[in-house]
Amino acid sequence: MESTNFPTIAVDHVTKSFGDVMAVDDISFEVYPGEIFAFLGPNGAGKSTTIKMLTTLLRPTSGALRLAGKDVVREQAAARKAFGVVFQDPSLDDELTAYENMELHAVLYGLPRAMMAERIDMLLKLVELDARRGSYVKTFSGGMKRRLEIARGLLHEPQILFLDEPTLGLDTQTRNVLWAYVRELSRDRKMTIFFTTHYLEEAEDIADRIGIVDRGKMVAMGRVDELRQQTGTDSLEGAYLALTGKGIRDEEVSAGDNMRAHMRARRRS
Amino acid sequence: MMRVIYVLWLRQLKKYGRSKSRVVGAVGQPLLFLLALGYGLGSVFARAGKGDYIQFLVPGVIVQTILFASIFWGVNILFDRMLGFLKELLVAPVPRVVILLGSVLGGATTAFLQGVLVLLVSLAIGFRPYSLPLTLVAFAIMAMLAIGITSLGAGLGSIIDNMPGFQAVNNFIIFPLYFLSSSLYPLDSAPPALKIIAMFNPLSYAVDALRGTLINQSHYGLATDFAALGITMIALIAFGTICFRRIQT
Repeated sequence: MESTNFPTIAVDHVTKSFGDVMAVDDISFEVYPGEIFAFLGPNGAGKSTTIKMLTTLLRPTSGALRLAGKDVVREQAAARKAFGVVFQDPSLDDELTAYENMELHAVLYGLPRAMMAERIDMLLKLVELDARRGSYVKTFSGGMKRRLEIARGLLHEPQILFLDEPTLGLDTQTRNVLWAYVRELSRDRKMTIFFTTHYLEEAEDIADRIGIVDRGKMVAMGRVDELRQQTGTDSLEGAYLALTGKGIRDEEVSAGDNMRAHMRARRRS
Repeated sequence: MMRVIYVLWLRQLKKYGRSKSRVVGAVGQPLLFLLALGYGLGSVFARAGKGDYIQFLVPGVIVQTILFASIFWGVNILFDRMLGFLKELLVAPVPRVVILLGSVLGGATTAFLQGVLVLLVSLAIGFRPYSLPLTLVAFAIMAMLAIGITSLGAGLGSIIDNMPGFQAVNNFIIFPLYFLSSSLYPLDSAPPALKIIAMFNPLSYAVDALRGTLINQSHYGLATDFAALGITMIALIAFGTICFRRIQT
């Protein structure tokens, strides 16, 4: 059934190297409209690098990435309009209100003025932040910020939604609500969902298909039962550990990641 | 595109207006200079036959206000990088140059307004501009200075990774530039070494241009001032653009 569709995400023999280090080594995969795809792997496996390339923050060293048929390097603006993204770290302006954050996004994505207010209202209601629309984002909890980011990511009606560890640090209630939205989006709007997580049970519950990366390579891809079968294990966790080993990984992080981690630690204290 | 530039400009103004401490901090220091130096050294200056020191000092202090407000505005870019908001801007279907342009114009506007505020306070303590038409030219000079230095600040905010780094730049580049320009003392009677240093300091031309327009006293002549200021502004905009385009997340 999937192969009759046109893929919304097409990654074709993509590599990315930083000096001598091959962060992503010849990865190819496709994701289809309405599909929920989980992208798993140990720290430092190449997940973040792949997401950065998909969201146009990094250029691939070789290979091609297409979003809704648009090449992320050569047709960058069109590719950017095709996706919404919720990054691992919040990317809201704390000193603006929830509504102002939405408004700014609407203008950046060229939403016609006439439909702007209506869409923002609708989405703020959807994520149940309507009552707090005029509050500064700095007064929001982690869960509220994540919900606002999702609403913002949906504002320009993208065909693809990237979620990078969207449930990290959220309580169970908020996580359930979040995944319920995501299911709805994929089912009702045929939106393609691409997410990463370290919680394997989430991937097992939510994803139609799972890709597992390790050391820059895609080591397995398929439905949960296929992965279990392929590895002769009886759970996703079993399959995951069989594919990626049991050792702990150290991740190379960029200066920017370090800087943000440092800021988060300081804000908490 | 104009709408995008407008909202990014507006964002800077909103953030600025919401932070009262920023406004007070940015105007407080120049006023302290104006009052302490102006009244403290005024009689010495007059005895040396140089006239009214407050008159002489106001253009320099306006430059100081815009200089520090503009350079320090670069911290906003650093914060946008640190706090993650910049990612929202960088993945938007808008060229980076446009993002930078809107933000820099917003930052420059806030710096410019602070300069105007200091000018207004100066009027209250007795400063008298030479003529109204030339005062309007002075506003243009203030705007050019604000745009140039804000671009420099944006460039620094793009390449420096922490606040101490920013302060180091302030202490080792901006303060010397300020003190080694003609902002606080007349160049005519300065020692030759200082004159030469000031000649290679772009800030001298901004101070001189403001002095030329506000109190009709120019060392280099307005044409030279404008040329030097224009070239510096273009170079700083280029610097800011190159640095901002190279930001990696």
